[in-house]
Formats: sequence, structure tokens, C-alpha cells
Amino acid sequence: MTQSCVTPGLLHYEPPIFEIGAPGRNGASLPALDVPDVDPATSLGNLARKSPPGFPEASEVEVMRHFVRLSQWNHAIDLGMYPLGSCTMKYNPKVNEATARLPGLAGLHPYQPESHLQGALRLLWELDQALSEISGFARTTLQPAAGAHGELTGLMLIRAYLTTAGNPRSKVIIPDTAHGTNPASVALNGYKPVLVKTGADGVLLPADVEAVLDEDVAAIMVTNPNTLGIYETHLPKIAEMVHDAGGLVYMDGANLNAIMGKVKPGDLGVDVMHFNLHKTFSTPHGGGGPGAGPVGVVERLVPYLPRPTVEKHGDQFTLDLDRPESIGRVRSFYGNFGVLVRAFTYIRELGGEGLTQATEMAVLNANYIRARLKEAFPPSHDVDTLHETVFSGKLLKKETGVITMDVAKRLMDHGFHPPTVYFPLIVPEALMIEPTETEPPEELDRFCDAMLHIHAEAHDSPETVHAAPLQVGLRRLDETRAARKPRLRWTPPEETE
Amino acid sequence: MSDIPNDLQYTKEHEWARVTDDVVRLGITRHAADQLGDITMVELPREGDEVQKDDEFGTIESVKAVSAVYSPVSGTIVRVNEILEDNPEYINDDPYDVGWLVEIQMSNTSEVDELMDAAAYKTFAAEQED
Amino acid sequence: MLEVIGVDSVSDLFRSIPADSRAKGPLDLPPPLSEHELLGLLQSLADANRSAATGELLSFLGAGATAHGIPQALDDIIRRTEFLTAYTPYQAEISQGTLQAVFEFQTLVCELFGLEVANASMYDGATATAEALLMTRRIKRRDRFVVSEGLHPEYMETCETILSGLSEAELVRIPLGADGRTDASAMKAALAEAPSACLVVQSPNIFGVVEDLAPLANLAHEADALAIAVVTEMVSLSLLEPPGACDFDIAVGEGVGYAVPVSLGGPGVGLFATRDKFKRQMPGRLIGETLDANGVRGYVMTLATREQHIRREKATSNICTNQGLIALCFTIASSLLGRSGFTQLGHLNFAKAQYAREAIAALDGFELRYVAPAFNEFAVRVSGGDATALVNDLAADGILPGVAMGRFDPAWKDTLLVTVTELHRREDIDRLVTALAKKGASS
Repeated sequence: MTQSCVTPGLLHYEPPIFEIGAPGRNGASLPALDVPDVDPATSLGNLARKSPPGFPEASEVEVMRHFVRLSQWNHAIDLGMYPLGSCTMKYNPKVNEATARLPGLAGLHPYQPESHLQGALRLLWELDQALSEISGFARTTLQPAAGAHGELTGLMLIRAYLTTAGNPRSKVIIPDTAHGTNPASVALNGYKPVLVKTGADGVLLPADVEAVLDEDVAAIMVTNPNTLGIYETHLPKIAEMVHDAGGLVYMDGANLNAIMGKVKPGDLGVDVMHFNLHKTFSTPHGGGGPGAGPVGVVERLVPYLPRPTVEKHGDQFTLDLDRPESIGRVRSFYGNFGVLVRAFTYIRELGGEGLTQATEMAVLNANYIRARLKEAFPPSHDVDTLHETVFSGKLLKKETGVITMDVAKRLMDHGFHPPTVYFPLIVPEALMIEPTETEPPEELDRFCDAMLHIHAEAHDSPETVHAAPLQVGLRRLDETRAARKPRLRWTPPEETE
Repeated sequence: MSDIPNDLQYTKEHEWARVTDDVVRLGITRHAADQLGDITMVELPREGDEVQKDDEFGTIESVKAVSAVYSPVSGTIVRVNEILEDNPEYINDDPYDVGWLVEIQMSNTSEVDELMDAAAYKTFAAEQED
Repeated sequence: MLEVIGVDSVSDLFRSIPADSRAKGPLDLPPPLSEHELLGLLQSLADANRSAATGELLSFLGAGATAHGIPQALDDIIRRTEFLTAYTPYQAEISQGTLQAVFEFQTLVCELFGLEVANASMYDGATATAEALLMTRRIKRRDRFVVSEGLHPEYMETCETILSGLSEAELVRIPLGADGRTDASAMKAALAEAPSACLVVQSPNIFGVVEDLAPLANLAHEADALAIAVVTEMVSLSLLEPPGACDFDIAVGEGVGYAVPVSLGGPGVGLFATRDKFKRQMPGRLIGETLDANGVRGYVMTLATREQHIRREKATSNICTNQGLIALCFTIASSLLGRSGFTQLGHLNFAKAQYAREAIAALDGFELRYVAPAFNEFAVRVSGGDATALVNDLAADGILPGVAMGRFDPAWKDTLLVTVTELHRREDIDRLVTALAKKGASS
């Protein structure tokens, strides 16, 4: 490498928390007992726990250092670009953290009287209104906890609607570019996924949908733009065909960041769509959650929304539990409220114009990367892409033997998180790159320079790229070993061989 | 495309078969094992289970893929290579010998006529490569 | 940038979107706000609520969302943006912080439940329960689930919703007996009636009653069904024999209590543990220990072939991620409490609840619904029969005495569920008792 932008730094090899501290030690801060003592063991008899759970035994400073040291082993959006395609790793404004922590919001209990929750219910109502405006739907339920949970909820709404209409039907059409969650959600809802191939231009063709469309089709599930970053130009026509056949149209909103403010899915004939607030609306990913997966629907599906919904009567807000046609709850309480507060804050910070501008910048950034990388890593299709582009490492592999995984690992040595790799499955050696709107041009250039540097290095010194990462704390991890003899929890060292 | 023993027969699912009277021993080819990568788990039927021709009778997993194995014949499972439960890597090490999967007692021995010989499989596998 | 791309304007980049598909006008949303204005707006929304966290209310609300003390150090750690703004740990070499923390989380969940393997977490306790039902459906290949009515009603409803797409699925409800525990003979009869995938029981149950778990596990196993335990108050496991020791096959729970503020009930974190022999049938992400190319200990996502991105429609669940940050909060809070602190926390909850329970039971106009052992929550019958009216009355004085159970079932409308934790000082409990005494005397 000519010039590294990262150094190994001061990283501590940190043992599991269970190997830190000493017997009897803790970091707890608990009040003294100010009521008459009772002996739990006597009162509980045979229900009493025989030995305490094996929690750690460490002081506050030990626990603090442990987790701060662990944090230093993570890459994060606040450390550098994180161009995971379809994940929309945009910067998360810190004001969202402040608002979500206001005691008047974070301290609320779900079973307080509605009169105590008027501010929270207003927030939920206004967020529903804003998301419905952005997507062109009648109402949006905020209950689902994540995108996949939203998919499941959306499919249940479709099932409930069709059941009322007389027949829930049995199949859901899914394009071959879909996320794995789509078929999994379909199966979990008792439907059978039917695969349809993407056309040569990377878009779904009405004729291909026609070929599998019949009166057993409950719905089609389309991601738009699709996971190739390509806009589904025929969606309105396809929606019309599916509607004519008595089915409904589900749109996976994972890639809404490409069209927010430009296109309203509700205008395209889409009946149901889930949002990923942790993608498009900038709530932090937290290393895997919590997210939120609200679902927007057209008018005819509103009666089926999970209960309770928030309703507005004059200037009062209520929780409507009396919804006879509702599919029921999809989780406890009302949704990931803390996440919803952050997304609400984000929407109010940007306003309509700001959200539209975010879309434009996201598409500009993605296309800039495409222009700079297209010679070295040919894009999957020679058509316009929006917020992300899928590049193929097939040519590089053929020329040098360096595979996409090697390129991904070598990017770490340049201080970047790798893109999404080997997805979608229809593109060989896929590298799916989504920079988002929040990357400055200089960072985009540094990223492209790194990619091109690795491309050259693959030709000059392929063994270096195969061996990557070389500059981060650990070398490549042995996933085969982990899967063959799974060790899924810590055990005391003397119990291992 | 090497390592295709001449004394075995093959399927389009990249499996091999060794036929001895009315019993057929099945495994996956070197090509299939290489495609899967390091194998981490094998799920096989129980002895006595019945299988139909073209039925899925088990799965082979690597870290990032799951691959089904299909029976080219109908019959009864008479032996299962139980050593694979703890040593799935034997399939990578030696797919044609210690890495065999099951033995099936055939109910219709004519079904083996549809299998390919080594030369035919070699051609088939090479075509698939392109 | 436009020059490098080879277009004249940003709008050219959207030319693949047909003109008639475009939005008719700009988004009709309120104008943008500065940070100062945002904080003002959100504060005004917060001020329109009444919150126990601001000190204006004395709350004894629980029922699956019980507030405990949260260590100050915790928020400092989770605001480390390396944790906060990382994605799911797809690239192990630069995600060791998240991966190791989840490995520690899995260990803690195993220890709490007394079981051998735990996943990286689910959305919340209710969805974890539904996933457990689906798991037993896969293992037993049966569609019948026998569920105690001591299960939190919102968990019950979530299970019903999630099973609704599976036409064969049948959820059989078993009532509570006169002592407030699941009616074991009814449970036995239901299991004998038809082959079932599992029984489900919550302990402490929705009325706060501690269930005798071991005999219930026996009933399940005698009927060739699996036993699922649900725990909505994890602190109870400091003092109560865990499901694993009672021979349960799967345990699930809600982990927010001592890890994050209640926050209107979300986000939560669903805990999920089972026996080693069932690990490949488990839903959700799993982290495992391994070595890197230099032989250094490290962590990776493992057994991913169960998951949706590989097995698609045959996956064990459609869940993609976990509740990463909340699972981290749980890990940090558990680590700070420590073995001795956790037991002490349980003792405080138990003793204070016992104190409140005895004092309220002695009042005119109130009687305990059940006398069986409880942990930190107990049900009281209100004379006059309307617990909601009582709650609204006391709320006006700044006291939330408990959850009026009529919200779950009209048959329970005379019952108040009172939750007492380490956060309630003796004078807080005395204040509640005094306020209740006044109401009881006047009714």
C-alpha cells in the first residue's frame, strides 16, 4: 500500500467480561433495605433459585474499560464511510439522541392513562401523517419493530383483506433480485413464493409477470428501486395487471432513499409498503437494531391495521383498541417508540425540501462512484442506477484470481467498511455500493482511490489482497471452525480442553 | 475437471453412485464438494427410511450455503455414513471414499440405467462450467 | 461531480423514472427546523405528557414493562458511536466489539434461564414467544399449542396474529386455577386431547403469581410436547429457579427492565434460549467463538444457514438482525450488577413488594386476588369492582397505583396489578397505602 490512512492504533486484546474481576466484586449501586427483611428462600420454598446466575464479578471501572475497549474494535459510520448496499448507512444526527432521551418521552409507561400520553400520541399521529405523505398512502402503522417484521405485517394485511373478499389465495410473486427476507416472510405467512426472473435490462417485465399470474396469486412483492439500484419502470403496468387478477401489490421500501420526494409509491398502484426508519430516516443501527418497520397502506387496507392505532379527535389523541377487522397486535405495546422519536426528529429537521435534497445527493454520490469505478469493476447492467450500483468482480477474478471477498477485506486496510458482497445473487462476484447522501466528495474520492488501488494491487501482488486484512486488529476469522464445532457461549477455561 | 473415477456412475446433481447388485452407495462429486467449500454439517435420513427417485434425502451445509442431495433411485435407506455427523470435513477430504453419504436398497434396479458414466459426466460438468 | 458522471444536472440522474410516475408536487411537510427549535418542539411534546421519570408521578405500573434503576455508566457506553452507529456485524474483522458483546449477551441469557444456548436476541418478549411456538412447530411437526392464560395478554395476541397465516394452527387456552396458577389438570387434559407441539406458561404470570414450573414441564414431556417458559420480569430470575433447572426446553423473555427506560414499551429486547440439541432449529442470529489466521481468539456470526438470507423460504425465521443496542444495554447492566448485585436487586424487589402487599391486603376495601407466592408484583381486588376508576382517581393526585386489569379482559375489571421495585422508597409505598386507604374507606 502506498499510503495507509489507518494505523494499528492502541487496541487492547480484551478477554470476555467473565474473565475480568474477582469473586464477590460488583459495580452495582443499590439502595439499602428500608422495609422489614424477608428471606426469599424461606418464602419461596422449592420455587427458590438454588444457585445465582453466573453473572460477571467486576467493578464499575473494569466494566467501563471492557466495553470501551470493545467499542474500539468496531468500524462505525462515525469513523468512516460504510457503503453497504441496500443498508443506507447515512450519518445519524446527534440531536435525535438528545430528543429520544427526554425524560418526558423515555420515562413513559404504555399503560398510563391516555390523558398522560397526549404529547407522545401526538408525535405518533404526526409521524404516521408524515410517512403517509412521503409515500402517498392513507395511513401508516408504526408498530412493526424492523423491516422484516413490517413485511410480515404487510403480508398479513393482504391475507386479511383477501380473506374478507372470499379467498386468501396461495402464492406471492417475488423477483429473483429480492432480499431473502421476502420469501421467508411469505412462507411465515402461509404463502408460497413464486420466483420471477428479472429482465435483461435489470427490470421486471410485464410479460414475465403475466406468465406466472393467475387467480391463486395473492400479491407481488417488489423492491423499487430494486436491489440492483435500478428503477422498476414497469411497476404501474405490473400493478394494474396484478390488480386485474385480483391480487395486491407490496413494495419493499428498503430503497426508499432513492426516490423520497420524487415518487410516491402510493401513486404507482402499490397497496402496501414497509419503511425502514433505520435506513431512510437515519435512526442509528446500533450494531443490528433496534430498527422500526412502519407499514403504509391504501384506504381499503386501513381497517386491517394492527391494533391499537392512534386516532385524533379535535385536539385529543386516543389509542383505538376497538378495531374488529384488525389483524391484531404484531408485538407488545405500540412499537419501538424510542426509534420513532428519532425518526420524527429527523423528518422535522429536514422538512420536505430537505428530504428531497437528501434523495438527490444520495443518487448523485452513487453515480459519481459508478462513473469512477465502472472501468475496473463493470456495473451489473448498462442502464441508469439510482442510490446504489451493483458492480461485478468477475473480470478481476478472471484476470487475477482475486475474488470479491478479497477486495472487501482489503478495503478494511484502507479504513473503509466493505460494500455488501455476493448480493444480489444474480450478479457474479457482486459488490453493491451505496454511499448515501451524507458522504462528502473528498471521502467518495478516497473510497474510489482505494478501490482502484486494490484493483491495481490485485494485478501486481494478488497474494497481498488474498491475505487481507493486514492492518486491522485481527486477521481473517475461521468461520468453518466456528460452524463445525459451535462455541456459542463462554465457559470457564478449565472446562475446555 | 479432474478427479472423476471411472468405476462410478453420476447424476446431473453432481452426485456419484456405486452400484453393487441391488444396493447403491451415494455421495457427492469432488466438483460438488469444491463448489460448496468447507462443509460444516450433513443432515442425512435414518436407516429404514423410504425414498422415491428424485426426492431430496438430505442436506449438506457449508458456512454460507445449503445444498440438497437427491436420490437418483427409489428404495430403502439401508446404511447411513454416521461418521459424517461429527466429521463433515471427510466429504471435502475424500468425497469418493470416506465421504460417502448413504446406501439405498433399490426397489427398481432399472432406474440406474439413467445414470451417466464418467465420460458423460465429464462432458456434462464441463458444459456447466461455461 | 456532474462532469465526471457525464450529465448536465442532478435531475438528469432521475431520467429512468417515467414522467407520469413522478410526484405531483413537493412534499407537504412542515418546514425544516434548527437543532434549537427541534429541542424546543420535542420538549413541548414531552411536557404534554406526565412521566414518572420527571418526578411528577409516583408509579407502580409494571405488567411486562417494569422500570428499574439504570446504571449511569451504561449511557456513556452506548453513546460510544462505535457501538451506536455500526451496522449488523457482517464483516467480522472490523466488528469484533459488537460480536464479542453479543457473545457475552448469549452467555448471560443462558445463565439467567439455566439453558445451554441463547440467540443474539429478538424484537421483544412477545415476538420471542411467537417464535418459540413456531420453533416447536418445526421440531414436533404439529400445529397445536397449549397456552396458559397466565401469559401476558399482549403476548397471547401477538402469538395469535403471527399464527394467523398458518391455517392449521390452533391455540388452546388453559385457564388459571383458584390459586392463580395455571390449572395443571386442565393442562394435562388439553395435552391428552390431541398431539400438541408445546405448552406455554409465564412465570411470574400476568397476575404476578409464581408458577410451579417443574410439574408443568413433566406434563409436557409425558405428552411428547415441548415446554416453553416466558419471563416478562427478568429480575425475578435472581430468586426464582430458572426454567432450565425445571426441565423446560425453551425459555423466552423481555430483557428491557434493568437495561433501558420503559419508553412507552419500545424498543424491547426478546431473550431466547434453548437446549443444545435444538440449536439448529432456533430462530435468530447466533455468534460463535473462533480463531483468526494467527490463532487469536475472535468472534463471528455462525450457523447462518438457518437464516433467511441463505435458506430463504425454508429459513427458521424471517428475522434479519437482532435488537443489537438493547442487547448491549442488557449486557452492560447485567455486568455492572454482577452476580452479587443481581441477587441483592432481587431481594430488594421481593422484600419491598412483600411489604406493600401485606399493607394493602390489610386495608378495608382491598383483598389479594391470590395468596400464592409472588415476586415484585401482585393482584388486588378493589371493592366496588372498578379498578380503572380507582387509577384515574389516584392519578389526579400524582399516583399511578398499578395497572387496571380490565384493559386486558372485562372479567378482570375489579383487579389492580401493583408492581413494586427497588426504586420505591418505604415512604413511597406508605404514600400509596395511605392514598388507597382513603379510597377504600370512601367506597
